[in-house]
Amino acid sequence: MKPIGPIALQVTGLHVALSGTTVLHDVNASIARGRWVSILGPNGAGKSTLLAAMAGLLPVQGRIELEGEELHAMPAARRARQLAWMGQSEAVGDDLSAWDVTLLGRLPHQTWFSGLDAADKAHAEQALRSMQAWQWRERYVGTLSGGERQRVLLARALAVQAPVLLLDEPLASLDPPHQADWLDLMRTLVDAGATVVSVLHEISMALQSDDMLVMQQGRVIHQGACTDALSHRALESVFDDRIQVRTVDGQLVALPRSARR
Amino acid sequence: MRDYVYQRPLVLGLLLCLATASLLLTSMLAGSNGLDDWHGLGTLFGLAPTEADSGMLAQIVWQIRMPRSLGAWLAGALLGLAGALSQAVFRNPLADPYLLGSASGASLGVCLALVGLDGSLIDIHWLARLGLTGAAFAGAMLAVVMTAALASGVAQTLRLLLAGVVVAVVLGAATSLLLQMYPHLLQSMQGFMLGSTAFVGWDSCALMLAALLPGLALAMVLGRWLDGLALGEQTAASLGLPVRPMRWVLIITLALATGAAVAHTGLIAFVGLAAPHITRRMVRWGSRHGVLLASLMGGLLLVAADLLARLLIAPRELPVGVFTALIGGAYLLWLMRRHQQSGGMS
Repeated sequence: MKPIGPIALQVTGLHVALSGTTVLHDVNASIARGRWVSILGPNGAGKSTLLAAMAGLLPVQGRIELEGEELHAMPAARRARQLAWMGQSEAVGDDLSAWDVTLLGRLPHQTWFSGLDAADKAHAEQALRSMQAWQWRERYVGTLSGGERQRVLLARALAVQAPVLLLDEPLASLDPPHQADWLDLMRTLVDAGATVVSVLHEISMALQSDDMLVMQQGRVIHQGACTDALSHRALESVFDDRIQVRTVDGQLVALPRSARR
Repeated sequence: MRDYVYQRPLVLGLLLCLATASLLLTSMLAGSNGLDDWHGLGTLFGLAPTEADSGMLAQIVWQIRMPRSLGAWLAGALLGLAGALSQAVFRNPLADPYLLGSASGASLGVCLALVGLDGSLIDIHWLARLGLTGAAFAGAMLAVVMTAALASGVAQTLRLLLAGVVVAVVLGAATSLLLQMYPHLLQSMQGFMLGSTAFVGWDSCALMLAALLPGLALAMVLGRWLDGLALGEQTAASLGLPVRPMRWVLIITLALATGAAVAHTGLIAFVGLAAPHITRRMVRWGSRHGVLLASLMGGLLLVAADLLARLLIAPRELPVGVFTALIGGAYLLWLMRRHQQSGGMS
């Protein structure tokens, strides 16, 4: 499916090698503005690598364009204001409070000598509140549980207020109510015009997004809407038909398919 | 939620300054018979017992005790700065100028410079001291780069610390070899390796201050960027921070701080590790004020240690480096034990 409307991120002929091994082979993908796209595929398919490459964090061959502009030619601060990235098992300063970590999301908006202004604090507060982390903002990140820490990291990424969000396993360690809240939040952001690309290993969660990029062995083998039957077929095939996509109560879910039959 | 003794960094900063000032004044009392040289203290304020005494006392206080105590403070502040910076750059609460091998590198640099200076540390020209500082800086820099190269990056804590130990051993062996070849350096180097403030004069103080001020200024300017590094290299880069150049600037600064401290006071262990640690426990951390406070804390610790080392077995004195190694080693052991019990680094 060709995305409709203006393109937020365009990846063309992308090759990425990490420590001498080629991880991405000739990847092409278009992420339309105001859409929520999930990258799906088995372990080692290159999902996180593609996401980090889209964030401009890896040396690449090929072309990545953000709103029509070559990503690697953009000044770092401007890129950081337009594109927020949250990595998997991101390191956190255990000595920093949740509030301080969230405020770090405002770094792209500051210059060398400028301090934090009221807007920075307002955005950080809004981000923490949307992750229901406001009440323990003074707590040390080192004393938080895995799920709580994850919510602080998400708040940090949200506080950037970037129009494009790249999130790697944002639901890791979150309990079901917070996962559901996160889905609502993404929908709100996307409805307001943001573009979200997320890597999720919970396939049923990923099926709530608008589009999917299906990856296998470093290649994007399919791009299409999550409601499209062709997308379901592609998804089932990369998981060796060990899952099946079904509609339950009007919602798409991925069910495991037993081999013992 | 952790309760801090001091909610406001400014309060802790003022307290540290106050404590340091009173210790500095106390150290003016520290004569060869212990803490009873009231005349010495009086000399500071223009009060001398008799006309005849005043000249000599003033000489002792202004030319020996004062630069020595101030030098102890400056060296401690430099080590506290280097410790806080290395903990931030290497995202490792145990990073310390010593564990990264930089102190061994600095001491090799000093040893090489001494070969050129023919072995004397006393009564040397300030230019020679500057050369000594430069050599220590070059040695510290070499050691940090070797450690980082050996650990193939700085991301892995354990590899980094092991590499630091290996580099320290190798450079230490090189120093020993030099001493074997030039035995007349042994005496100077021995005082140096034990760590001592005995050779610190006003020119040493000036050189250490010249290294401390830009280091602190840099840490204040980079402040929040340093916190950004705590989120990991990739996240810091995604926030638009120039991670690589920033890391090099910080490594050069911490090597300069270590080199300046080592060139004038020798090997004084654990101050660089303990100062940021104690500061973190006392006040909410943020690099902008944290590095400055850690530096003030390092200064206070070393002035206190130096005073105790001079008094404990007066009229003789302990080398202050031996003293800090004993206290600091005990502190580190206690920290590791706590760490084990609580299951996390706090």
